Formats: sequence, C-alpha cells, structure tokens
Amino acid sequence: MKKNYKLQDLDCANCAAKMEAAIKKLDGVNDAKVSFMTQRLTIDADDEKFEAIVDEAAKICKKIEPDCLIVR
Amino acid sequence: MSKKQKKSLLRIILSAVLLIAAAVFEHIAEPSWYIALPIFLVPYIIIGYDVLVKSVKNIAHGQVFDENFLMAIATIGAIATGQYPEAVFVMLFYQVGEFFQNWAVGKSRQSISELMDIRPDYANLIKDGEITTVDPYDVVIGDIILIKPGEKIPLDGEIIEGSSSFDTSALTGESLPRDVGVSDKATSGCVNLSGVIKVKVTSEFGESTVNKILELIEESSSNKAASEDFITKFAKYYTPIVVFCALALAIIPTIFTGEFKMWLMRALTFLVISCPCALVISIPLSFFGGIGGASRKGILIKGSCYLENLSKAEIAVFDKTGTLTEGTFSVTAVHPTDISEEELIEYAAYAEYFSEHPIACSVKSFYGKEIDKSKIHDVKEFAGHGIEAEIGEHKILAGNKKLCEMHGIEADDCEQTGTILHICIDWKYAGHIVISDKIKENSAKMITELKNNGVKNVMLTGDRDAVGKDVANTLGIDEVHTELLPTDKVNIVEELITKKSKNGKLLFSGDGINDAPVLARADIGIAMGGIGSDASIEAADIVIMDDDIGKIGTALKLSKRTLKIVKENIAFALGIKISFLILGAFGITTMWMAVFADVGVSVIAILNSMRTLREKN
Repeated sequence: MKKNYKLQDLDCANCAAKMEAAIKKLDGVNDAKVSFMTQRLTIDADDEKFEAIVDEAAKICKKIEPDCLIVR
Repeated sequence: MSKKQKKSLLRIILSAVLLIAAAVFEHIAEPSWYIALPIFLVPYIIIGYDVLVKSVKNIAHGQVFDENFLMAIATIGAIATGQYPEAVFVMLFYQVGEFFQNWAVGKSRQSISELMDIRPDYANLIKDGEITTVDPYDVVIGDIILIKPGEKIPLDGEIIEGSSSFDTSALTGESLPRDVGVSDKATSGCVNLSGVIKVKVTSEFGESTVNKILELIEESSSNKAASEDFITKFAKYYTPIVVFCALALAIIPTIFTGEFKMWLMRALTFLVISCPCALVISIPLSFFGGIGGASRKGILIKGSCYLENLSKAEIAVFDKTGTLTEGTFSVTAVHPTDISEEELIEYAAYAEYFSEHPIACSVKSFYGKEIDKSKIHDVKEFAGHGIEAEIGEHKILAGNKKLCEMHGIEADDCEQTGTILHICIDWKYAGHIVISDKIKENSAKMITELKNNGVKNVMLTGDRDAVGKDVANTLGIDEVHTELLPTDKVNIVEELITKKSKNGKLLFSGDGINDAPVLARADIGIAMGGIGSDASIEAADIVIMDDDIGKIGTALKLSKRTLKIVKENIAFALGIKISFLILGAFGITTMWMAVFADVGVSVIAILNSMRTLREKN
C-alpha cells in the first residue's frame, strides 16, 4: 500500500533528508519519500504493518524535528 | 503568517527591545558582571531557548554539528568570555535569519501548492440512476461520472452526454478555455466551466493524467541536480571541519602565546561564520522555484537534474513529423494551368470523394463544400498511382506522375516540395495541387532561440530527402539526416553524443511513442503532448503539456537563468564565508561583523533564489 501524508511544520531541508533515510530503514517499508518543498511524506509499505509503520515514522519525525507532525 | 511565525516575530521584537534597554543600562550604570549577566540573560533566554534545547536534544539523539549546536557553542562561549551583548545579538540575528528563511520557503511552497490544487477530492458516481459522492480512487474503468460546472475532472474519460468548456490552464498554462462535446476526451485535472456533463471513465485514478502529474511534481525534488548534491555533501563535511579548525584555533596558538581569551574569541567568531545554512537552503530553493515557474507555463520538468542538464544543452536533436511539423497533411499550393484554382480543387475533391487516403482527406477538407454524390460515376482506383473517375460530363484523372504517364499525358514538374497531386480533365493536363506537412507556427522561432544560445540543431526524419532538406532549410537547421529507420535514429544520436564536449548535453524532442528509445538515450528527452498521451509523459524528462514547440526555447532560457542564480549563490556565499573565516582567524573581524556576514549572506542568497519563481519574458 502506498499513502501520502502532509507534514506539518517541516522547517528544515536537512531534517527532511534525515527523516527519509530513517523511515526507509524501518522494517516492512518498501520505499519512503519526504519532500521538503511540498511538505509531504509518501510511504510505500506492507499492508498488515502499515499503521504501525506510520506510528514509527511519526516518532522518527518528532525525534529529528520536534515540532514536526504527520497529519492523518 | 502562520502562528509559529507570529510567535517568533514577537520573540524577536521583545528580546531586541530588552537587549537595547540592557545595553543602555550597562553603558550608563557600568554595573559589575553579576548584575549585567542576569540582565542580558533575560533577552538571551527569550530568543535562544529553543536553539539551546534543540542542540541538547540533538546531541542526545546523536546528531551533533548542526546549526543549533554551532549557535549554542558560540553564544555560550561569548557569555563565558564576558561578551554579553554580543551573545544576545548573535542569537537575535540568527533568529531573524531563521524567521526570514521560514517566510521565504513558505512563499515558494505557496506558489507550488497552487499548482497542486489540481488534486480532485471526489467524483460524482452514477450507479443505478443514483448519484453518490465517492473518492476518485474507488471509481473503476467503465463507470459513469457526473461533472457539474466549477468542478474538477477527477478521472480521464470520454464525454457521453452534454457539452461544456474546460479550463486546461492547470495542465497547459493555456488560458483560453477549450470547447468540448460528446465523444471528446475529458482529461483529469481540467476544470469544467459551463455545462453539466456525463463522462465514461477510461482509466483508474492511479493511471489518470492528474495523478501522474501530481506524482511527478512530488517526486521532482528527489531527482537532485549535481550542484544540489554537491551542497549536501559539502555541508556534511564542512561543519565538522570548521568546528575542529575552531578548536585548533583556540588551543594551538594559546600553547605558544598563552593568550587563551583572545584566541577563544577568534575561534568563536570562526564558528559563527561557519554555518552553511545559506547554501543548504538557497540552492534547493532555486531549483524548486525554477521547476515551479516552468510548470506554471505548462512545462513539466521531472527533477532538478534535468533542469541543470538542459542549461548545458549543446546539441538539440528533433524529430520532424509531429514535432517540428504538424504531422498532418494539408494543401499548401494550387497550381492550375488554364482553369481557376477553385475549379481544380473542386474536380480533385470530387474524384477523391470515396478515398480515405490522407492525401484525399486533406484535399476534401481544403475544398470544404458539400459534395453532390450523384455527379460521381465510374470510380476506379489504381493502387500507387491514383484515381480515374467520371464527374458530370468530364473524365477526371487525379494521381501522381505515373498515372499521367500511364495515359500518355505529360505532367508539369513543381518547384515546391511535398506530395504532388496531378489532375487531368478529359485526358488533358489541368494542373496540380501540392500537399505537404505544415511547419508548426513556433518552430522557426524556437530554432533561432536555441541557436542564439549556442545550441546546434539537428533534424532526423524518416521522410524523403527532398522534403526533409526543404523543412531544414526553411527553419535554418544546421544538420539534417533523412530517410531514416527508427534504429538509425538511435545510432545517429549515439554518434552525436560522442561528438559533443564532455560537459555538454544532448537534448532530443520527439512525439514520444515511436521515439521512446531515442528519448531514453538522450541526456534530456523532451516530449510533446502531455494531454492524453501517457507514453510520452513516462518516457521523457521534460514534458511540454500543450504541444507548443516554442516552449523548448522558454525552458532553455528558464534553466539557464536558474543555474545562473544557483552559481551566483554558491560563489557569493562561499566567497564571503571563506574570506570572513580567514579574517576571523587573524582577529580582524569581530563577532558582530561575523553575524552580519552569516545572516546577511543567507538573506541575500534566499532573496536571490526566490527570483527563479518570478518568470521573466
């Protein structure tokens, strides 16, 4: 399944790159993209783990940029 | 302004006021350090608490050496050496820069999100006579959807009921509405302007034009340009190197001279200048602005690397039919011998009435009047030659030279190139009609524009030598290869690629379907015809949405301008930083000047990169 989320308060271009790298490494993720300019996160991951993966991704974003939220 | 921006503006103003008050107080009262320190700490904490918190948090997460860390170290160091106003000022100015960056990025994002506005939110599905609003994802091929005036076309399809006009500007940049009716194509992403229409869906949302374009725009930032990659790598090494240099600057001279405080101050100044933010933010911003500006003109660029390649274009290769020319045949000249032009065309149209050959169709459409079928008798078609027919009282021959020779009639030669249709009336030569592929309106303008930018133009065609050379001469093309098979085209492009200089790029523009291998081989593949042609959207690196060949020139100018701005920013930011690093190491710059240099460079670089968004004609 592939889904696209809006990222709120993504303010730093470097952080977007770090987030993308970290989310890609999550178990069950086939591909992930964080676009700084469009403020969007695209996750392509296994169906059964999808919700858990998005939760993990939200944690990663928070860790790298404390204000950043995934709008679901 | 967002809530966050308002808050930081308030903090900037508040701490600036407090800083001025504290500085005035210090100047008049000259208090000892244990009174001055808390007075300056108030504005320092107000403006800098988030930077301090972030730098501690990031170190805890193992992310050292970011800008927060640099700012925290430099200001704490300044406080430790008794430079309180400097510490507050550095932090204040850093936040002003951040605020400004935020604003600029928000601005660029906004203009891009206007483009992203084409995403349809729903579709009105008609099932069993009832209309339900559903997610476009849930509509399948063959479903019927209803589109009311003012709504976006959610999926590609064919109009089965009603007529309307479409606003295609989001896709093509073309402001004139397009009139549509039954059996016309409805392209997703357009806006329905006037009438209620029913559309039979021909592709699922994932495959629809609008979704493809959205994916393209969203993914365009992942195809990074070489200069963008350079900056990312540069920032990765640059910050740690500068931090260690600063450390060395604080320690090594101290060992020999013993003046620790002075060298520490110089090291801190060094740190303030070291932040690579100006580059890290302004380079991607420039590219993104360039891509955004292009898409507003109906030019889709799939990534900043293609924008960069385009600016280095050295050879431009074009397919003839359908790219430089319309790809449809039309009558370009009528040369009768004794009768009038109208009569000649009339006889030709009557003779060709039953034929579906492209030549026949163009003659009929040029004639444009009703044809009285009862006048046509005894039509005989000779394959590869032409037609013999009886029109009213006359025996008409319409065909090529061979047809005339077959009947022993001498045909005139024509000075114009194209397909010649000779007409004989009652076994006597009556004249000929020239039918050729019309050159697109903007082709010549585009070729001249490319030439002026130092690009060599090459034309490839499968067409006859005479026709190909004629088109090339009219347009002023430098090199032409004719009578080619599709595989020959790839070979010629391969050969041209070896001929160009090392950094030069080869661009190819074709209609994208039979030219797919060449599009893939070229450094930059430009496809014409975004609307409804899926193959071309996928194969090419740049798609010109409204088929206007003239936009290649526009895209080239735009890419050159973007790259110029990028280079300006790199040279300017690095130049200033390096000279200030050197001056700082020798103690010539103070920390005040260092902050001005750092924030000033960022602000100027950002302002400069925002120019890419504004289109210049």
